[in-house]
Amino acid sequence: MTRGYLSIIVVLAILAALPFLVASNVVLNFVVFVLIITLTAQGWNLLGGVGGQNSFGHAAFFGTGAYVSAMLQVHYGVNAWVALAAAIAGGAVVGWIIGFLSFRAGLKGSYFALVTLAFAEVLRILANAMEFTGGAAGLLLKLDTGFWNLQFSSRAAFVWLALFFVALALFISQWIANSRFGAHLVAVRENEEAAKALGVDVLAVKLRAITISGAITATAGCLYLQYFLYIDANIAYGVWISIEALLAAMVGGRGLVLGPIIGAFSLHGLGEVTKLAAGRVPGIDLAVYGAVLILVVGFAPGGILGLINKLRFRGRPRPEPEKAATPAPKTEEAA
Amino acid sequence: MLEVETVTKRFGGLVAVDAASLEVRKGQIVGLIGPNGAGKTTLFAVIAGFLKPTSGRVVLEGEDITGEAPHIRARLGIARTFQIVQPFAGLNVRENIAVGAYLRHRSAADAHAKADAVAHRVGLGEDLAKPASSLTVAGRKRLELARALATEPKLLLLDEVLAGLNPSEVRDIVPVIQAIREDGVTILMIEHVMQAVMNLCEQVYVLSQGRMISEGAPEKVCTDPQVVEAYLGKGAAERLARMETGHA
Ligand SMILES: Nc1ncnc2c1ncn2[C@@H]1O[C@H](COP(=O)(O)OP(=O)(O)OP(=O)(O)O)[C@@H](O)[C@H]1O
Ligand SMILES: [Mg+2]
Repeated sequence: MTRGYLSIIVVLAILAALPFLVASNVVLNFVVFVLIITLTAQGWNLLGGVGGQNSFGHAAFFGTGAYVSAMLQVHYGVNAWVALAAAIAGGAVVGWIIGFLSFRAGLKGSYFALVTLAFAEVLRILANAMEFTGGAAGLLLKLDTGFWNLQFSSRAAFVWLALFFVALALFISQWIANSRFGAHLVAVRENEEAAKALGVDVLAVKLRAITISGAITATAGCLYLQYFLYIDANIAYGVWISIEALLAAMVGGRGLVLGPIIGAFSLHGLGEVTKLAAGRVPGIDLAVYGAVLILVVGFAPGGILGLINKLRFRGRPRPEPEKAATPAPKTEEAA
Repeated sequence: MLEVETVTKRFGGLVAVDAASLEVRKGQIVGLIGPNGAGKTTLFAVIAGFLKPTSGRVVLEGEDITGEAPHIRARLGIARTFQIVQPFAGLNVRENIAVGAYLRHRSAADAHAKADAVAHRVGLGEDLAKPASSLTVAGRKRLELARALATEPKLLLLDEVLAGLNPSEVRDIVPVIQAIREDGVTILMIEHVMQAVMNLCEQVYVLSQGRMISEGAPEKVCTDPQVVEAYLGKGAAERLARMETGHA
């Protein structure tokens, strides 16, 4: 049952030690941003990676987290931590609603992906148009550092804060991977009909997954707000974050607990290196992401972690895979 | 235990199952045979809740379950295997079977222990860590059986678990099915391998073009002229009878 926890702790320890080793604000900025992306992708990974329900609209949850928190603080002066709790709940509710509407209608595959994209876009347009959400001008949080305001003048403190939530999401994911719910979720991804025959309530499992997924990604949206103190519709509900979410998970290793964190750091690390190397070519990092995605989809469907496992165990008998193994291509054979 | 009452299933213009009825009593092994396309798998899907019948009822232990979803029926004790095997291809054998075991066991440790026990029982004990996609046809059939068994069913619906196996593999698995029955599981099985049907079943139903055309002990059903005609074509029974008298 302790399977998987060790590598999580190692990764967390390295990241937690980072602020002691590096003082550069540029580096710590980078780490905070990538941890926020990681958390966003962890939400995606539960639904899309483990559950196989590929969402193209996780911005709906990210944005809801950011906006719920921002509106509560700006309009009602609610405490930032309370606003965070409300934001997480908001993400869960939006997740459940989108899930209820699309899964009950039996949407799967690209249809589900398109519907999630549509939900996120509708929310983006609404947030951009309504006065309550700050319209096109967005919402600005008053700078007021302090623990109770969830604002930190030290970048290191924010690294630890973001890391705390990433750690929480890692442990939740690992716990799910070893649980009955996790087994059901993987079964739904692999073969819904077979899952039903074995007593799995497919709709309930999917709804639970999208609700938790929405909550996790909403947390990331809220952290983004607390760090940058500003959001508008194109940031919070923009397609960019939906892409970041699925890209990090897929590049790292979809369905694997450590996939999103590995993917987010590799991808953005590579992006930074390219920017340094290529100088000021606008959009060069995006071009690199596109190329990486093509490579992953084409040659390493298990992502970086899948590739490592393959190389590590080449020639040896295959070990027992982790609970949430990468989906292998379906092989069906008529009897 | 199970009563199927005048079930009809239509796919558009095609009547796949036509007012078919059958009854399975507790502890029995009942066979369901019939030529290709007779509607056997469709009838199974209706019993297990994967298809809604156009009309008719499915009754389990006196309760009408016609409106229940498949996962509810699994909880009530119906397990089915798929004729076209449906493994969780990305998972290993143990994880495949564990999904079934989780139906009655909440903890992973219990579910895995149950999965291991079931695997040994059906002869997959050596393959627990193998990916399901690496199994042979016979292995996959066993996996179908194991997963269904892991749900600890009262009624097991087996859809051609012997098809595609060679005679020695069939000989291996027939005792497994017998042992399952001896443990008190009621079995309804679709089978083309007549030798196995003769060995295992005490009661056989024959479906042809959606209609239940015969029922009874296997020896009796096999000589039923209607059944012979269903398999060999119109007039076949008569020709056979003539041949036999000719030889005598
Ligand atoms: N989902 C479906 N839609 C339309 N027609 C179907 C569907 N499923 C089955 N059929 C048709 O219903 C008829 C009965 O099919 P079924 O699979 O139940 O036969 P079967 O007795 O199991 O045959 P076999 O011995 O070949 O497995 C066939 O003509 C088949 O083409
Ligand atoms: Mg069939």
